[in-house]
Amino acid sequence: MIEQTSPFANYLIALPEITLVVGAMILLMLGVFRGRDASELVSWLAIVLLVLVAGLVLIIPATGKVAFDGAFLIDGFSRFMKLLTLIGSATVIFMSFDYMRHARLMKFEYPVLILLATLGMMMMISANDLIALYLGIELQSLALYVLAAFRTDSLRSSEAGLKYFVLGALSSGMLLYGSSLIYGFTGTTGFSGIADGISAVGPNLGIILGLVFFMAGLAFKVSAVPFHMWTPDVYEGAPTPVTAFFAAAPKVAAMAMFLRVILSAFPDITHQWQQIVVFISIASMVLGAFAAIGQKDIKRLMAYSSIGHMGFALVGLAAGDATGAQSVIIYLAIYLVMNLGVFACILAMRRSDGMVEEIDELAGLSRNSPMMAFLLAMLLFSLAGIPPLAGFFAKFYVFLAAINAGLYTLAIIGVLSSVVGAYYYLRIIKIMYLDEPAEKFEPMPGALKIVLGASGLLVILFFTYPAPLVQAANVAAKSLF
Amino acid sequence: MLIADLFFYLFASVCVAAAFMVISARNPVHAVLFLILAFVSAAGLFILLGAEFLALILIVVYVGAVAVLFLFVVMMLDVDFAELRSGFLAYLPIGAVIGIILLIELVLVLGSWVITPQVAAQITTPVPPLNEVSNIKALGLVLYTKYVYFFQAAGIVLLIAMVGAIVLTLQHKPGIKRQTISVQVGRKREQSVEIKQVESGKGL
Repeated sequence: MIEQTSPFANYLIALPEITLVVGAMILLMLGVFRGRDASELVSWLAIVLLVLVAGLVLIIPATGKVAFDGAFLIDGFSRFMKLLTLIGSATVIFMSFDYMRHARLMKFEYPVLILLATLGMMMMISANDLIALYLGIELQSLALYVLAAFRTDSLRSSEAGLKYFVLGALSSGMLLYGSSLIYGFTGTTGFSGIADGISAVGPNLGIILGLVFFMAGLAFKVSAVPFHMWTPDVYEGAPTPVTAFFAAAPKVAAMAMFLRVILSAFPDITHQWQQIVVFISIASMVLGAFAAIGQKDIKRLMAYSSIGHMGFALVGLAAGDATGAQSVIIYLAIYLVMNLGVFACILAMRRSDGMVEEIDELAGLSRNSPMMAFLLAMLLFSLAGIPPLAGFFAKFYVFLAAINAGLYTLAIIGVLSSVVGAYYYLRIIKIMYLDEPAEKFEPMPGALKIVLGASGLLVILFFTYPAPLVQAANVAAKSLF
Repeated sequence: MLIADLFFYLFASVCVAAAFMVISARNPVHAVLFLILAFVSAAGLFILLGAEFLALILIVVYVGAVAVLFLFVVMMLDVDFAELRSGFLAYLPIGAVIGIILLIELVLVLGSWVITPQVAAQITTPVPPLNEVSNIKALGLVLYTKYVYFFQAAGIVLLIAMVGAIVLTLQHKPGIKRQTISVQVGRKREQSVEIKQVESGKGL
């Protein structure tokens, strides 16, 4: 299935990435020479560039081709995941204008850094080699550290950036240590070579120890328990559009990378990694459900919610087969849509004296702006997994995959923690619909209305026509095996 | 062979001791100097391995540039390092316990080391023999061909680091004097020099 290519064809395979990096550098130069006035122009051009790259990803036939001596792979899976991250990045830039203008953060570096982070994510998704994977992670993370600290006049933002940086460096160290052990015992860094080496040697202690460290590093990147400590602080401290970005595209990319490396490099020691995935999945779901209950800040709440959701997505990975991979892909697509919608609402929580982030400020939203309250309620119901909204189907598929694989305990704990998690989503809905109205928010900017409307519609109407997503996910998952 | 072994133990023990002093030295300037010592001993280890290019790069880049830069930063920043790291060594016992556990694990892992023929065959680019190809040539043969993707990606990582450093620290404050070369060059004598006739014995 996988065919080797001529040197020139390498560049065709990586054309979307090359376009993205060249475009990002051109926009950087445009910003440098035109100064701060060009910031909005650069942001719009960045969105155009992301759409263009998405077009290229769609056009280039993705039939399991490798480039650069096997370091870079495109297939149905990478195509689907790249489209998701590109949509996430473009939407976040689109939603940021109003916030950035008010916070006097309208700098041309912001869209450029998002573009470069997106490049790192695309490299992570296409990585077929440990070195390529690590370089993709570092490219993405370095841009994200800067974005977290982007608000230089805010102490909390700087703290978020520093915390993320120190813990991210620690996790990269663990990942590298694990990679070096894996390399030492299999003699290669390519995923297919590692799989061959393991099937030849069998599960020896060195490879397993390497795998444990490697997965610790990966779990940090998807913020799964017990490597989740950074998430709430970073989400709270970072500027809100950046938080929206963190919760959307990097999560999808990191999860896609997790899926690819585990399924394609370690298929012969499924039993060994399955235990780890089951553990971090259960821990993430339970902690995500219980720790979010006491939160007052909506960004912190979304951080715990994202930890929980990564736990649910890992349930599908624990199944370790094509159905499981398909369910994770569906989960990530729906998660991305729901999260972007909720963050559109959080970005609209603005009074005349600035942004507010307390959950209590949403009180009586149903009377102040009924449409926003209704759509937010639908998104929260969907996050909680209540039928017939999209979030229910996302959970349904992952639990189905777990049951098919015989992981009954995991599925039962998942359903139970989903019930606990529903409490804090419903509490927000109760505050919006039943409490005495608080002061009104400023009218919602057009861009946020569009994003919220689109996301709300997709979530509500998903059950009428789920076939396209399910089939696309099926095709994408098949290419992994 | 014996001399090479002796040098290995010399460099290795100096390297570990210097690395320990980096984190335990009270004076930050001394810490940086010990860091330089650690780099130099590591370079010695590279030379023993026959990787003379890497050894020299380590000295030129890390000792020559990075460590000296550290030294400047330590001297110019007015940070009370002694207070920052007070109680730092209090974590030593727990750190030592974790280190010993890791060491035991590593010993167990090394005990199970198996190299099968399949693995040996998988090493795709073996190191070329030293007497045929020099270090630099061996690197040059693969850096821009086999590893061009990694090379370019590393370049973009550095670009992001640069953009990040600029965006986080550069503030455009009004009233800062900047160098404008065209204005400097276009300056006339009449604008900058004023000639006064001073009568003798009177002063200005």
